[in-house]
Amino acid sequence: MSFAEREAMLLVLVTALACAVPGVLLVLRRLALIGDAIGHVLLFGVVGMYYLTGDLDSPWLVVGAVLSGVLTVALVELLERTQLVRGDAAIGLVFPALFSVGTLVASMHFRDTHLDVDQVLLGHVEYASSAPMAQLFGVPIGRRPTVALAALGLLNVGLAVVFFKELKLTTFDAALAATLGFLPALVHYGLMTVVSLTAVAAFDSVGPVLVVAFLVLPALTARLLSDRLHVVFLLSLAAAAVGAVLGVRAAFYFHTNTAGMVAVTLGVLYGVTLLVAPKRGLIAAEWQRFRRRRTFAETVLTIHLAEHEDTPAEPDESAFSGLHRHLDWQPAAVTGVVRRAERHGLVTRTGDALRLTPEGRRHAREAFGHLPG
Amino acid sequence: MQPLLDLLGDPALRPTLLATAVLGALSGGVGAFAVVRRQSLQGDVVSHAALPGVACAFWLGGRSEVVLILGAAVSGWLALALVGGLVRRNLAPFDAALAAMLATFFGLGIVLMGGLQRAYPGTNAVRLQQYLFGAEAATVRMADLAPLVLLGGPALLVLVAFWKEFKLLSFDPDFAASLGFPVRRLDLLLTAVVVVAVVLGLQTVGVVLMSALIVAPAAAARQWTDRLGPLVLLAMTLGAASGVAGTLLSHTLSERGRAVPTGPTIVLTITAVALASLAFAPRRGLLAAAVRRHLLRRRFLLKAGAP
Repeated sequence: MSFAEREAMLLVLVTALACAVPGVLLVLRRLALIGDAIGHVLLFGVVGMYYLTGDLDSPWLVVGAVLSGVLTVALVELLERTQLVRGDAAIGLVFPALFSVGTLVASMHFRDTHLDVDQVLLGHVEYASSAPMAQLFGVPIGRRPTVALAALGLLNVGLAVVFFKELKLTTFDAALAATLGFLPALVHYGLMTVVSLTAVAAFDSVGPVLVVAFLVLPALTARLLSDRLHVVFLLSLAAAAVGAVLGVRAAFYFHTNTAGMVAVTLGVLYGVTLLVAPKRGLIAAEWQRFRRRRTFAETVLTIHLAEHEDTPAEPDESAFSGLHRHLDWQPAAVTGVVRRAERHGLVTRTGDALRLTPEGRRHAREAFGHLPG
Repeated sequence: MQPLLDLLGDPALRPTLLATAVLGALSGGVGAFAVVRRQSLQGDVVSHAALPGVACAFWLGGRSEVVLILGAAVSGWLALALVGGLVRRNLAPFDAALAAMLATFFGLGIVLMGGLQRAYPGTNAVRLQQYLFGAEAATVRMADLAPLVLLGGPALLVLVAFWKEFKLLSFDPDFAASLGFPVRRLDLLLTAVVVVAVVLGLQTVGVVLMSALIVAPAAAARQWTDRLGPLVLLAMTLGAASGVAGTLLSHTLSERGRAVPTGPTIVLTITAVALASLAFAPRRGLLAAAVRRHLLRRRFLLKAGAP
């Protein structure tokens, strides 16, 4: 692993970890697209503050970016509260407008300040190794963006731990939280500030669009694997770490854009989890359905036999060779069902005649309560 | 009035005006359905998810406008189809599924673009960038209108041909299913129409601003009517009018020595129209509601005999 790759991996890793925690809350609170909107309007805040301060290195640029994220949330809610547009349309109205203002101001006033669209929109993890070192008490501790994101990640994890109860309650039952005296609105805006702050910090390294991948994908992956909030948090962190490491490796192997590759890796990780997740995964669901279909067929067989038991029609209705006609099944399927029913001790077969065992009779009665006998 | 008419007749500006008008009408029309179905942000997802399709089409040798647009449409449509699958199987909430597909497809697009720029250094990769950020609309040529007509026309025809089905699908999909309509296929078809409108707009106004062209005309029109037919027509009219007005505005402002980009100007124009509609629409508008409240209070106070 080269020096550049190691530095890039560290940066992407801390970015992914810092995003993984608020991402869970965004997903659970149905705010995923607000995260997307915030990513887009950061430019508005940066441009606005640059317009006011005239200094591209001013810390106010960061403050402006964070505030613009919170402003977006506030405007969306203001529009929603008029009840004239719904949430999705409100988001769709607000962020393109703010983005447009940002682009307009940028292109009209600072044409000499070269805003590199590529860099702004795609981030530049590749240059992680050339970032200046941050120092703590005169001791260099790491690249500046990496240290900033690591600190932010710690802050996010710390906030999630300290306010776990509040977050859980306001996320799953805001009304109850309000009646109990918690302040859902305060938690909401606190969370939105954290998301904006995280997005701003990640902006530099991965760009505003791929931040969405870092926020949403690990959380969705974790959500497939658990229904418990603290487990989802931990799994989200784990998914973020795995995605970051594999993604950066792949990016350097294929010599391509790092942030994009990490986003794709996180997406693939989510896709694989979709397939193999033990309970909610597609394969598990398919297997469940297959199992249910097989048990259901056995149940239908026992009900059919029970219904005709001790009637004049029994020899015909319960004959193995006639079952496919009576039940309208494929002859091949009949063989399998009968074999499994025999193995499970529900029916016995003598020659062509099938008979229920006492167990099979009970099974049929349980499934179809009002059978005679 | 005369300077405005001169501008409208300006042969250099005519293709841009035509393009933004057609685009505004098209996106306004499909946007009306998207907004009614609470899927306003489809446009945002499609425009981001189109990128890998453009890159793939380019890689496979596509150089003409129409082929690249088709590539964009295919991958945008695929992203939305995947979102539908995830939501139907209850594997992700709708908004998170949209965000997930947006980000994954966009990441893939960037990865593929990175590869393209290495494989074909200095070639038309710049033109691919246009799909991301939108061209200077002032540089639209008459030839660029061909895809708008070739693909936008059929998209509108589909909207008209399946009017009844789409209406039912938008307001009561369960009822539509119970009547035996192939709801899922209709949904994919309507999605395809949205996708076509969005990818056509990409090169004129760019990724982010395309979302506004889908949402804002419809959100504005929605304040003036409760009927789908007038809603679609009004959204198309407002979209086209804003496209023209925004283009003229950016052109007029640009003359004072600063280039004012057209895309953002159009977006701000249509957003202003939407906000004005929210404020001043006769029945639903905020002003009308305030007046109603005021009158009601006065009547109540009079009845109660207060001073």
